Amino acid sequence: MTKRVHLKISDVGSPTEPLTHVSNDDLMPLPADWEEKPWTVLPDKVKEQYACILDDTSVLPIPRPKTPEEEKELVEKFLVGMGKLFDANNNWPFLAQLVTTMDHCAKCNTCSEACHIYEASGHNELYRPTYRTEIFRRIYKKYVKKELLSAWRNGDIDLNWQTVARLGEMAYRCNLCRRCAQTCPIGADNGLVAREIRKIFSQELGITTPELHEKGSMLQMKVGSSTSMNPTVVKDNVEFIDEDYSESTGFTFKTPWDVEGADILLIHNAGEILSWPDNIAAFSIIFEAAGLSWTLSSEIAGYDSINYGVFYDDVQFARTAILHAQAAKKLGVKKIVLGECGHAHKALTVIADRVLPDDLNIPRESCFPLLRDIVFSGKIKFDPSRNDFPVTLHDPCNTTRLMGIIKPQRDIVHKLCPQFREMNPHGPHNYCCGGGSGFAIMGRNNIPDWRYKVAGRKKIQQILNAFSDCRGPEHKKYVCAPCSNCKGQIRDMIDYYQLRERESLIYAGLVELIVNAMVDVKPGFIKWEEE
Amino acid sequence: MSTLVYVIAYLGILVFVGAVIAKAAAYKRKPLHLRWELYPVAHEPGRADYGGSYLEDVGWWQKPRHSSLVGELKVMVPEILFLKAVWEFNRPLWYLTYPFHLGLYITAAFVALLLASAIGQVAGVQLPLGQALAILGPAGFGLTILGAVGLFWRRLTSTEMRNYSSVGHFFNLAWFVVAMGVAAVAWWTVDPTFANLTGFLANAMRLRFEPIAEPLVAVELLLAFTLLAYIPLTHMAHFFMKYFMYHDIRWGDDPNVNNPARSAQIAAVLQYPVTWSAPHIAGHGKTTWAEVATFNPAAAAASKKE
Repeated sequence: MTKRVHLKISDVGSPTEPLTHVSNDDLMPLPADWEEKPWTVLPDKVKEQYACILDDTSVLPIPRPKTPEEEKELVEKFLVGMGKLFDANNNWPFLAQLVTTMDHCAKCNTCSEACHIYEASGHNELYRPTYRTEIFRRIYKKYVKKELLSAWRNGDIDLNWQTVARLGEMAYRCNLCRRCAQTCPIGADNGLVAREIRKIFSQELGITTPELHEKGSMLQMKVGSSTSMNPTVVKDNVEFIDEDYSESTGFTFKTPWDVEGADILLIHNAGEILSWPDNIAAFSIIFEAAGLSWTLSSEIAGYDSINYGVFYDDVQFARTAILHAQAAKKLGVKKIVLGECGHAHKALTVIADRVLPDDLNIPRESCFPLLRDIVFSGKIKFDPSRNDFPVTLHDPCNTTRLMGIIKPQRDIVHKLCPQFREMNPHGPHNYCCGGGSGFAIMGRNNIPDWRYKVAGRKKIQQILNAFSDCRGPEHKKYVCAPCSNCKGQIRDMIDYYQLRERESLIYAGLVELIVNAMVDVKPGFIKWEEE
Repeated sequence: MSTLVYVIAYLGILVFVGAVIAKAAAYKRKPLHLRWELYPVAHEPGRADYGGSYLEDVGWWQKPRHSSLVGELKVMVPEILFLKAVWEFNRPLWYLTYPFHLGLYITAAFVALLLASAIGQVAGVQLPLGQALAILGPAGFGLTILGAVGLFWRRLTSTEMRNYSSVGHFFNLAWFVVAMGVAAVAWWTVDPTFANLTGFLANAMRLRFEPIAEPLVAVELLLAFTLLAYIPLTHMAHFFMKYFMYHDIRWGDDPNVNNPARSAQIAAVLQYPVTWSAPHIAGHGKTTWAEVATFNPAAAAASKKE
């Protein structure tokens, strides 16, 4: 295998497969002396079926063209889709952002070092934020906009099926965290470009990742949730959680469903119900203890806040946002409160703001300010000594960099966690967990290797550095990750790097810390051992 | 030759102003876009320092919103004057790009003073600007040349920049070097007080196409006015488009609360036609965004099976 770190733009159309490799030797060092596990090799069957021609991973299942006609068809369809991306009717949602990024980037690469993937890969050129954008820009200027003297002005590029397939796959080597955009002196947004490429593949070519589309947004629209839980099942599961946790906590509660005229419709990421029932129970305990007027909804999509469209498809995004708003409208609630799910926060509170017509424009807010107000209201008694262990806070990109919700969660951990310490950097300058933009739910092929070794590497480094004064298995440590996707990614990385055993490191959300410190709840809500 | 310079001067200004207006207007004509802000948002009063937003408040939609111009200026002024983002995130480049930009700012100030001086000449008043021109002119030319040569060298020798640079990038930088170089030589050799330039501008204002005495000044003017026209036609239009990229996109956090104008915009874009071809979008007989977004293809497929 030949390592090709210094890729050129023109290499993207190369017949060489794959274009580059990332080996363990290339990776950014971690503050630990563990031996890195070997990479899982992509099965031959997958390579035969799909265009696995980028690196050693395959995320977007693009069928490998079998004939010259199929190769031509892929290119032509891509160009048609790209044309629609620059058409006001088809892409009014992001036309302004996209065109300004296409036209005004100075190609200074100031954004590169901001990217955790580029850094963690050992600065592999393929993962530089501008690499995919530059290819996309050259194609656009030459083949779609047909700009005068385009090759001279913008740089030349030849278009073949390999270029198209690699561009599609490259759109899935980005967490869409937009940390690169934050550093751009001009305001260009390479994260946006990755998402726009995903849109061409989904909205025009019908090629998406099964986790986000068939098992994600389509399943949610079909049965109500990407977890496959229909309304009956979800209510049963939550009822079970109510009973179980009422008994274990000594705090008797019942989660309300479909209460018409309630003040608050709380929408969880339904994945919490199956994977992290502590989180569901904790919300119910806090809301009941605070005496709130609230409810869950059993309407379709009304009990699952996920909106995977935000990662790959504007139409799916709009459909899901409308379903969420319709559930709230039907109940006549005063507002929607989003549970601990970052992308759901961003999707429904901010992006949907210019999608929802007036009759569906029901106020939407984050759970964090509400929880902060509850914790500081005096309605609930707390004993912070119950949380007297090292705690650090992960900032989900969607709620911090993309929404500016920074302080409420910090007010809470400062009050309730005596050994709280920040990661560096944090707040709006945080690093993505590596599971952003859908990666956290992807386990096909060898995708997990890529998301642990590359995408999540910077976060692991940050976590370990935050606990540099208490390393080792003898010190219990807690990563507060108030987002379902981030929790999934951190859970999987803890398993992969054996951080429970090596560091006594556990993870969970914010509400678990709140309930763990509640005087009216039996001690030990947070479980340090795996059950 | 002299008449040609006058014509090019008028055309250069016309193209510059026209291109700036056309590009800004094209941006403003674009349909409503979705919110896509990035924090810190500079105009958020009391919260911008740590990257916070009004969304940190319970019931944020019921509270009056304030936008801090001072907050925006605190970010914009260091960004424009000192290229703060490049300083923070790309220090090696800053040492080259800052002299270039500072040179352009100083040259712009120099041109403003030249214009003032020319206006004074037209009005029969001699303004005491000689010393300022003598400092700003050479400083602007020199810094721009220094920066442009440095950037040219960096684009040529740095692997990471060369990969992303087109012939156009080198051409642009070379044009700056040549234009500023000729200006510097003209100042040094034939126009030490910039009397030729001031005289040309005054004549141009009065529509008197007097001959330009020094051929080198004529070349200087030709290069300068063609460069002026060229800049907004390239990616360098970022010098004014950055306003929209920051204020309308990066800091565009204005929520739709009791805003009939915004609601009307949303209603309008939802009536735009959609022609995306993927099966989950097309083939269901839905043609507008409103129709497509309120159609549930998964539920429709499920009910068909039943």
